Amino acid sequence: MWFDALTPNEWQAVFLSLKVSFWAMTLSLPLGIAVAYALARWRFPGKQILNGIVHLPLILPPVVTGYLLLLTFGRRAPVGSFLEQTFGLVFAFRWTGAALAAGIMAFPLMVRAIRLAIEAVDPKLEQAAGTLGASQVWVFLTVTLPLILPGIIAGAILAFAKAMGEFGATITFVSNIPGQTQTLPTAIYALLQIPGGEAAALRLALVSVVIAMAALLLSEAISRRVARRVAGA
Amino acid sequence: MSISIAIRHDFGGFSLHLAFEAPPGVTALFGRSGSGKTSVINTVAGLLSPNVGRVVVNGHVLLDTNARIFLPIHKRRVGYVFQEARLFPHLSVRQNLAYGQRFAPGSEARADWDHVIEMLGIGGLLERRPVALSGGEKQRVAIGRALLSAPDTLLLDEPLAALDAARKAEILPYLHRLRDETRIPILYVSHSASEVARIANFVVLLENGRLRQQGSAAEVLSDPDAVPALGVRDAGAMIRGRILRHHDDGLSEISFSGGTLLLPRQPEAPGSDVRVWILARDVMLSLAPVSGISALNTVSATIHSIRSGEGPGVMVQLEAGDDLILARITKRSAAAMDLRVGMRCYGIMKSVAVAKEDIG
Repeated sequence: MWFDALTPNEWQAVFLSLKVSFWAMTLSLPLGIAVAYALARWRFPGKQILNGIVHLPLILPPVVTGYLLLLTFGRRAPVGSFLEQTFGLVFAFRWTGAALAAGIMAFPLMVRAIRLAIEAVDPKLEQAAGTLGASQVWVFLTVTLPLILPGIIAGAILAFAKAMGEFGATITFVSNIPGQTQTLPTAIYALLQIPGGEAAALRLALVSVVIAMAALLLSEAISRRVARRVAGA
Repeated sequence: MSISIAIRHDFGGFSLHLAFEAPPGVTALFGRSGSGKTSVINTVAGLLSPNVGRVVVNGHVLLDTNARIFLPIHKRRVGYVFQEARLFPHLSVRQNLAYGQRFAPGSEARADWDHVIEMLGIGGLLERRPVALSGGEKQRVAIGRALLSAPDTLLLDEPLAALDAARKAEILPYLHRLRDETRIPILYVSHSASEVARIANFVVLLENGRLRQQGSAAEVLSDPDAVPALGVRDAGAMIRGRILRHHDDGLSEISFSGGTLLLPRQPEAPGSDVRVWILARDVMLSLAPVSGISALNTVSATIHSIRSGEGPGVMVQLEAGDDLILARITKRSAAAMDLRVGMRCYGIMKSVAVAKEDIG
């Protein structure tokens, strides 16, 4: 059967990776749109600082980001213990932590793509919508959002791909526990550490390539369709 | 149904300082580029917040800096037609037209739909995307979109400026219908005298952010004092006439208070009222009736005023019946003919000098 191509443990890593990346992308998307909009359109004190913080995970060594996450969201860390006591939410050494790490690492890429799309929208169109009676919220929902949809999709796919490949921050923050926090990259890494693991590592590497390629083709197809609709051709 | 505007605003290097009342009908804000025309309608729309100002439309206060009133853009109920149409590219023409309707109160906008579509001749475009429209079609849709938002006033910012002569000629008849069939006050920004002559009832002439002159279109446009602000080459006069008959050789005969004119063939039926824009530089003067020349139109008139500018020319204002005509001739000719106010003379005009789109 086709699923015999991988062992149950390997399938587990694949599905965990997909789950982690999906939630990392989905939950960071609204925040990504808001931050991109603020950076593209608003002038406020501390804008450069916000910009810097957003981009930090892109520049810092991933190990450092993972360590900082551990210091902040660990079970004994201030934010981590607060979240556990208030909402029962635990990040450290759980798949949720892997999603958090992947989301943060992918965030700058997502924001950059969406910000570029927002900056390409002519503010004159938004002005025109205002004179027609649309409040700022309506202008955003009916004019800005449809026009930046291709950028949002591109940003989301980019974030998903980045999350699929995230290694350094993930292994530092949530370790490499099979069935708990072992994603595709960390599973490949673990396989390469043991004798005779090369064949399995190669299988997982192939799976990675297939998933990455599929995501890329899908995003191209979607954004082409959306761009056509938006441009009105 | 009128608009009252008072603005004082410092742009740094340029200041806008003026106040006027726009009566019902079409009021043209007229003047050279940079005279502050667009800033005035941007203040009405709320796109510009002046240092000091007060804007009242049909009794509603939109802006009063003294009383700290600044209505946000979307609550002002102004229909704004921009120079570049600004249609939403991701929506069809029908969706563009309907965009403002959802924000319009009650059912008044919905009742207008058929009338607006018919008046602007855009029924055949509804399923298209803006990208598939010509410049003139885009502008007509933009006007329809503004009208269908059921505005209290309509603001048009040089809606023809981005169009070539053929597109202008295509859209002008729709603007005439707009003028005749719409009851809300309209502010129309333009730097083209012939456009203003054909569309506006009332003219506010701006110069360097100040009000230079205001009055009826015929009055302001044919006033030699206004010429410097308009530019001497564009100076002219608007006369109101009626089409008498169409001749077989491609000319139309138009009667006005000072006689009749033979002009290029007009599409309107005999009996229709038209406005004719005659450029001052297209009018020659003669002391006696002339024969044996090719120009078809000779109008008997009295010299109402003579004004010399800084260049080689003088502007002679003629009174023919109740209409005023401007003639621009050289100082040398004026001296040789010994022209004086009150003298009788003849204005001579070539039929073909009047462009087809300057009548209507």
